[in-house]
Amino acid sequence: MKANELIVCRDVSLGYEGRSVLAHLDLTIQAGDYLCIVGDNGSGKSTLLRGLLGLLTPQSGSIQRAPELEKGAVGYLPQQTQAQRDFPATVYEVVLSGCLNQGSFRFFYTAAQKSQALMNMGKLGVLELKDKSYRDLSGGQQQRVLLARALCAASRLLILDEPITGLDPAAAQDLYKTLAYLHEKEGMAVVMVTHDLKAALRGARRVLHIGRDGFFLGTAADYLASPQGRRFREADL
Amino acid sequence: MNILLMFSWPFMQRALVAGVLVSLCAALLGVPLVLKRYSMIGDGLSHVSFGALAIAVALGVTPLYFSIPVVILAAFLLLRVADHPRWNSDAAVAVMSASALAIGILVISRTTGMTTDVDSYMFGSVLAMSKADVGLSVLLCAAVLALFALNYHRLFAVTFDESFSRATGLKADRYNTLLAVLTALTIVLGMRMMGAMLISSLVIFPALTAMRLFRSFRGVILSAAVTSVACFCVGLTASFTLSTPVGASVVCVDLAVFLAACLFSALRR
Repeated sequence: MKANELIVCRDVSLGYEGRSVLAHLDLTIQAGDYLCIVGDNGSGKSTLLRGLLGLLTPQSGSIQRAPELEKGAVGYLPQQTQAQRDFPATVYEVVLSGCLNQGSFRFFYTAAQKSQALMNMGKLGVLELKDKSYRDLSGGQQQRVLLARALCAASRLLILDEPITGLDPAAAQDLYKTLAYLHEKEGMAVVMVTHDLKAALRGARRVLHIGRDGFFLGTAADYLASPQGRRFREADL
Repeated sequence: MNILLMFSWPFMQRALVAGVLVSLCAALLGVPLVLKRYSMIGDGLSHVSFGALAIAVALGVTPLYFSIPVVILAAFLLLRVADHPRWNSDAAVAVMSASALAIGILVISRTTGMTTDVDSYMFGSVLAMSKADVGLSVLLCAAVLALFALNYHRLFAVTFDESFSRATGLKADRYNTLLAVLTALTIVLGMRMMGAMLISSLVIFPALTAMRLFRSFRGVILSAAVTSVACFCVGLTASFTLSTPVGASVVCVDLAVFLAACLFSALRR
């Protein structure tokens, strides 16, 4: 594995209980990448994400992850659960919990971790919400808080699972802008599963389409020219 | 005067010590349980502990020594069920509760008969705690408190977002199991005094009350602990002065405080 490679999948098949959902995928995610994963419902996008996160062992092939990722330095933004929406916790408590993956078993957060949390809250513009309750925030603000938490956990890779679900168009726009900022200015690699093709293709460097009859992996422009992507060009753009 | 005098009875002293400790543990564990939508697990465990108690008495074994392993086992099982995507976890918990209750009642009716014993198992008795029981309660409650305090931040992370915790390398299953085992211990310890039918409210009410009043996780945890202990003390005193069963009295105080908290949070808005 080279130093600038974060995740390398070689001939990977993923699935549950002997049935494979996804077969023979080759994929390399490098530092500074911006990859959108698209595809129909049930095509295996979430399964692939679980594989990339190291929560699912491949049935065949190999998924190599950079040593830091193996230690838990993954900036993951999962889909929100219903229980989370009315969770009594301050923004600061939520963001700080992103620092838990750093090193040894400690009972308290260190001063360095606290200042890191504050810095990331500042970066995402949620610092003034520090003592507000997470459940009182709007959907867009909640996503920013979770992004700040993800930044505490990781410095090189963000993995997002359908981040704009439940956001209004303005908040979704805002989230894409934030992602573009983190990608360009902070050098974060972004891997995102999404349904929102139009906006995703504008930002993404590469697109992975998972279909029933195989994969497409290439640049956003190539994707729109491909048989899988063509229908979106006609329909949406 | 009357109130101070009531603690000159040794059984009241024992009830106070054990009750305060159990209320404290129950409140702390209740917050993550309620937030994770695991409230029914507490209820299921209390029914299982009733069945275990009935069998222990029939076999002539010290109830706590028998109940604790059985209820911990049930806790493992319920967690598996709750997290299994293909099982209907609501139904599984309900089935388990009813079965344990039925087995307990069968065993009792074939041995001691449906006497006052059954009444005291179901609805609790202030006389239930022996000196050895109190000793064990103090020890186990100290363990629950210590484990909770040491794992506080991790329990928060796993409660708030299990997916994220797993992805960042936290062993979420380990903390879920810890939560279930500690809950099982607390329920077994509190059940004799509070009663099998009522003990789960000790887990759920303080958390619900605190969530109405506070915005931060820490605030909710601390106020749940304070509310729970205070409600227990008021309930115990009321039960002594009015000669009402202790379990039911404590639950009614909890209910009153919860309703007051609801009213307060509605007015604040």
